[in-house]
Amino acid sequence: MQLITNLTFTLLATATISVAAAPPPIVTQGKGAAIACASCHGMEGAGNSQGGYPALAQLPQAYFTKQIADFKSGTRANTVMSPIAKALAPEDAEAAAAYYTSLPRPVSPSAPADAAMVARGENLAVNGAWDKGLPACFKCHAPGGTGVAPSFPPLAGQHVGYTVSQLQAWKTGTRTNDPLQLMKTVAEKLSDDDMRAVAAYIATLGAQEKTK
Amino acid sequence: MKQPIQLLFALLAATGMVTGCDKESSENTTVHAPAVSTTPNPVTPTTNVAPPGGANKEGTGAVIRTTFTPPPESEIPKNEFGETVLLGKNLFVNTQQYAKGYVGNGLNCANCHLDNGRKADSAPLWAAYGLYPAYRKKTGQVDTIGSRIQGCFKYSMNGKAPALDSKEMTALVTYHYWLAKGAPTGVKLPGQGFVTVPKPAQQPDIARGSEVYKNNCALCHGANGEGTQANGQYVFPPLWGKDSFNWGAGMHRVDTAAGFIKANMPYGRGGMLNDQQAWDVALFMNSHERPKDPRAKGSMAQTRDEFHDENCLYGRTPEELIALMDSKEKAKADSKAKPDSSVVPTPGKTSGLTQGLSPATSH
Repeated sequence: MQLITNLTFTLLATATISVAAAPPPIVTQGKGAAIACASCHGMEGAGNSQGGYPALAQLPQAYFTKQIADFKSGTRANTVMSPIAKALAPEDAEAAAAYYTSLPRPVSPSAPADAAMVARGENLAVNGAWDKGLPACFKCHAPGGTGVAPSFPPLAGQHVGYTVSQLQAWKTGTRTNDPLQLMKTVAEKLSDDDMRAVAAYIATLGAQEKTK
Repeated sequence: MKQPIQLLFALLAATGMVTGCDKESSENTTVHAPAVSTTPNPVTPTTNVAPPGGANKEGTGAVIRTTFTPPPESEIPKNEFGETVLLGKNLFVNTQQYAKGYVGNGLNCANCHLDNGRKADSAPLWAAYGLYPAYRKKTGQVDTIGSRIQGCFKYSMNGKAPALDSKEMTALVTYHYWLAKGAPTGVKLPGQGFVTVPKPAQQPDIARGSEVYKNNCALCHGANGEGTQANGQYVFPPLWGKDSFNWGAGMHRVDTAAGFIKANMPYGRGGMLNDQQAWDVALFMNSHERPKDPRAKGSMAQTRDEFHDENCLYGRTPEELIALMDSKEKAKADSKAKPDSSVVPTPGKTSGLTQGLSPATSH
């Protein structure tokens, strides 16, 4: 049964990809120091939970290219991604953005089974903790964490480790490219346990078809 | 300079716990809400009106904020009553879906009443509930909480009000009631309505407001106030245009909008804008076209004179509005200067607020 379900998923995923635009060369082969996007983020844009590579599927194009520009300028920094972004031609960034935005959002394999933690995360994502000045994640990232183009990326299906690392980066000030310091404000109010809980919950979401 | 002010607030808050709390309110709120917390106001203090019975002592010069805490959602009872509370919450949060036939724009109640109607300084339901029935100048009658909510549908939701005995209205009133569990009646609780933003140093200005909007609001609400959708639903509400609140809604008043914006916008960053920016951007927002006032009749001037003796741009230019604000301020100062006994309030001419209890400040 499990096998059949898996097979169905694989078929569905393949079908969806075949409808989407063919991946551009920058995704599949890369160009010089700008190595192929897919080598870390996958052809499906699922990223890699263990490697810390985020899912890119369904990122709004404008958000995607802004992140590349921010890696170049230094308001966002990452030892792996910063040099790649600096080597990436603007038209290739656009091509990669257009490709990844068209893909369905996968579920993260990192989603933990701890039901209590997931429930705690769900409460923060859906209701927030306004008494602490903490708005719900979904007030900006849309119900279900599907994201709101052009500025609010989807959260659904993101890997636990990556989400926690970014929340920590905003909290400690190593990532500063959020508009109006919206993420800094939120992250400063989250405890380590809050971060893990909310990351655990959003990792369980995903596999939503792209909607216009 | 900033630190001494914060320290002062903390001190005021601490002393407030001993001397400043309204006795009646603390007695009542302990029934359900042990978490009544005295906190320094993070933004501009609300101008609190003394509750009846004189429990609230004036003259200390300090505004002490005692925030009522509504019960957590996890305490909604698992029974028939609880089901109605939950339906009321769903109607309130997802009005587009649950009250489809009653809404004529793209808004949900929770767009202005943040945190599902719980957030202080965002017209919280727990503070509104105990203020009704009340006479309201806007309707010329004593409104119950039900007829008050009908007003929200007519103006803020630009729609058609559910009947008082409808399933929807019953659920909404039940949700209000449940959130107000343990709150006193007939008392204006701190956090009720929206904050009052003092008139800024410079006259509010649309052009400056447009810049404030571009830099701080357009990210979510769009370059033209059109709101932003995902999956066919507004995630960020439209601020003007056909899908926004109409010209009869309280939010079309510049002072009301400034109060909402100052304390609540952007999400999580209340107090980010200074008073000047809040007024400027509120004026800018409310200078745009929006669905018509359902009370409109005859000429615009006629409707303005009959229904819009308030801080708004209905049928007036920004210059005329500023002149109106100045004349109101002067009249207020003049009446304050005279001894109380010589001032006989004219019914229908006095602002509801000065009569002590009218909560009609939000819609």
